[in-house]
Amino acid sequence: MYRQKHLFLLPGLLVLVAIIIFPLLFTIRVSFSSWDVFQPELDWIAGGNYGRLLEDARYWGALGRLMIMAVGTVLIQYILGFALALLVLGDLRARRFFRVLFLVPMMTTPVIMSVIWRTVFHESIGPLNGMLQALGLQGVPWLSEPALAFASVMMVEIWQWTPFMFLLLLAGLVSLPREPYLAARIDGAGPIRTFFAVTFPAMAGISIAAILIRLIEASKIMESVYVMTSGGPGTATETSTYYIYIRGLRDFQLGYASALSVTYLVIMIISLTIIAKVLVRLFVKDRT
Amino acid sequence: MRSDKLLRTAKVLAASSALGLAAGMASAEDYTRFGIEKDMPGMCSYESIDAKDYSGRELTVITHAIPVIGEPTKLHAEQFSELTGADVEVVHVPFGDLFQRIMIPFQTGQDAYDVLFYASLWLGDYNPYLANVPEEYQSTAGMQALTDTTRDVGMWGGEMKQYIMDGDRHYLKYREDIFSDPDMQARFLEETGRELTVPETWEEYNEVARVFTGWDWDGDGDPNYGSAEVVKRDDLMFSAFISRAAPYAKHPDVGGGFFFDLETMEPLINNPGWVRGLELFVEAQESFPPGGTNFGLGDEIFSFGGGETLMSYSWDDALIQAQQADSPIRNDVRTQMLPGAREVWNRETGEWDTFEEPNRAAYITWGWTSAVAQSSSNKDMAFDYLCFFSNEANTRHDLQVGRFGVNPYRTGHFDADFWSDDLGWDRGMAEQYVETLERIDGYDNRVFDLRVPGVGQFMTSLAAGVAEAVAGQATPQEALDGVAEEWSRTVERIGKDRVREAYANVVEIEDAR
Repeated sequence: MYRQKHLFLLPGLLVLVAIIIFPLLFTIRVSFSSWDVFQPELDWIAGGNYGRLLEDARYWGALGRLMIMAVGTVLIQYILGFALALLVLGDLRARRFFRVLFLVPMMTTPVIMSVIWRTVFHESIGPLNGMLQALGLQGVPWLSEPALAFASVMMVEIWQWTPFMFLLLLAGLVSLPREPYLAARIDGAGPIRTFFAVTFPAMAGISIAAILIRLIEASKIMESVYVMTSGGPGTATETSTYYIYIRGLRDFQLGYASALSVTYLVIMIISLTIIAKVLVRLFVKDRT
Repeated sequence: MRSDKLLRTAKVLAASSALGLAAGMASAEDYTRFGIEKDMPGMCSYESIDAKDYSGRELTVITHAIPVIGEPTKLHAEQFSELTGADVEVVHVPFGDLFQRIMIPFQTGQDAYDVLFYASLWLGDYNPYLANVPEEYQSTAGMQALTDTTRDVGMWGGEMKQYIMDGDRHYLKYREDIFSDPDMQARFLEETGRELTVPETWEEYNEVARVFTGWDWDGDGDPNYGSAEVVKRDDLMFSAFISRAAPYAKHPDVGGGFFFDLETMEPLINNPGWVRGLELFVEAQESFPPGGTNFGLGDEIFSFGGGETLMSYSWDDALIQAQQADSPIRNDVRTQMLPGAREVWNRETGEWDTFEEPNRAAYITWGWTSAVAQSSSNKDMAFDYLCFFSNEANTRHDLQVGRFGVNPYRTGHFDADFWSDDLGWDRGMAEQYVETLERIDGYDNRVFDLRVPGVGQFMTSLAAGVAEAVAGQATPQEALDGVAEEWSRTVERIGKDRVREAYANVVEIEDAR
């Protein structure tokens, strides 16, 4: 009976192989083929796609933009999320109401949310420019000027995912022991000193976890780019996932898109591993 | 569906009984309950299709999302099902996913769909997987009434592969009330030193658009603008750009290819004619409404159709929008062939040729089409469905519904009476609209979409390059040089002979006149 216990793992294992291992291995295999719209074959072209990828400036440009967008949005989400969590942790009226309110963006379907924001940013009929003009200010080319379009996509990402940070950090704050705060008060520490000396270090573990989870998610940004800008103006908001989508499903270069995906996956695994180690080394003092 | 079959069986029995009781007193059934004005005779008519029995058989149709093309597909599928007893399943797919949803089953040998509705420029990729349209269907009255140009859209290598149910082309739309207003004419004369006329060239178009940008020329309290264009990358922008570049790069006396030199298969996309078109496309930005550089087709439709802009050009949709019963500019709009060019690049001599009368190029820009899969085991039923879909009664109905996306494609559709009498358009406007369509359809110097294997790759890289120029990330020459390089690499990957063979089909119909 004891030896047969492993059999109970079999269904889960089979599902894992079917939905994760097989697609991953198949994608790796396809990345070494020239499968394309005009050549539907799993032939072997060795590293042809990977060689082409090295010279693809658009891919590397998209990766660079993604890095800036992911790191930028996650950092701002962290700061805002922390601030909101501290706010509702304190003596705030209608605290329960605000806790729920702050979670609404996260519960909105990304594509629908992007359509709504595209309308908000619309430069002639959108309410944002309408409000600015009502105040006597000039309308802003939110989605048609490269730098502003990039910032607009970031704003939407921040709006949608700050609640995730808020939720995790609030849970962390609620679970912190009260004794260090009592000690800090006895020592006469003010709120700022208490935050940097007690709260922030105590929250390091959960902060790193929240940042890493969000970085993983942010590195897959697609919906807001697809709906709001289609990667434009020019290539100003084109990110890796959107570029891979274009190559794979618009251009139907399945072999090449697979090579892009595999490379992207490897880069992300390495990058996130390094980031995690650096964050732990910097902020987690006691790793016993 | 079972109840449908029972209903049909009961209907057949009832009809048989009635016929038996009233022998010799044949009377045509009334099909107006399907929303048509009257059934029209022929092998695709309601009556003919009603006489067929496909009970117990299934037909699978893939089409665009509702409403454009998707809605008439669904409507006629339900009618076909009711008439024949067939079980028709309609799969709706957004445009961005439609190509691969059809292509993957083709490539992997699956018999996934019997009937396909798609963009006709994908024929270069799809043609090996499509069944030829049988002779009996080609001889129907509807097929015989196709204009030469729309018939050409269905042809591949001398065979009819696509069942034509739509006709598309780009043309100019403008506000006649503004162009004919003496105050507007005086203002334009004062600012430019020339008379206000409907643009004959793209330079004139940009000039008119610039003058009419940023002020309230329609008196509604909001500023108006000169031009609404499809500029959003990956949202059909490539078509808009081709419209602008065509008269500069398509020399009427030089055949052998517009996108490529058919002999060498060198891309022509970065020659001076194309670059001039892009320079003007970039220049036009200053006359767009706010956010105009991010306009997709929907934005263009609502900007011009809603009265915000003076001019526009693309498919029929913005015009239909402007002509809706509740439109503030109904009957104030007019149409004309796309503007032309007085300086045209001659790639044979390597020089610009001057034209007294502007050179124009009729751009036959894809359009929806339909076909039957070669792998289908229901070809008879599939062709009957397409035959029924586009019968005269259904087409007449569908042309009147803007959101359906079915535009004129038969000789009978080029009839001003239909637009003025049936739809209530201003007579002058209807006549000019029909004249524009006829002129485009019969024009000698014309450009067809690329229609070669991997056309998506060519068009997305073109759109990316043009978008970089529009965003100021590259000069027009640099942007198109980049596109040409990518096109060359794509041709190499696909195989030069393979692309040439496909492109020869396009060049053959382009150069036929």
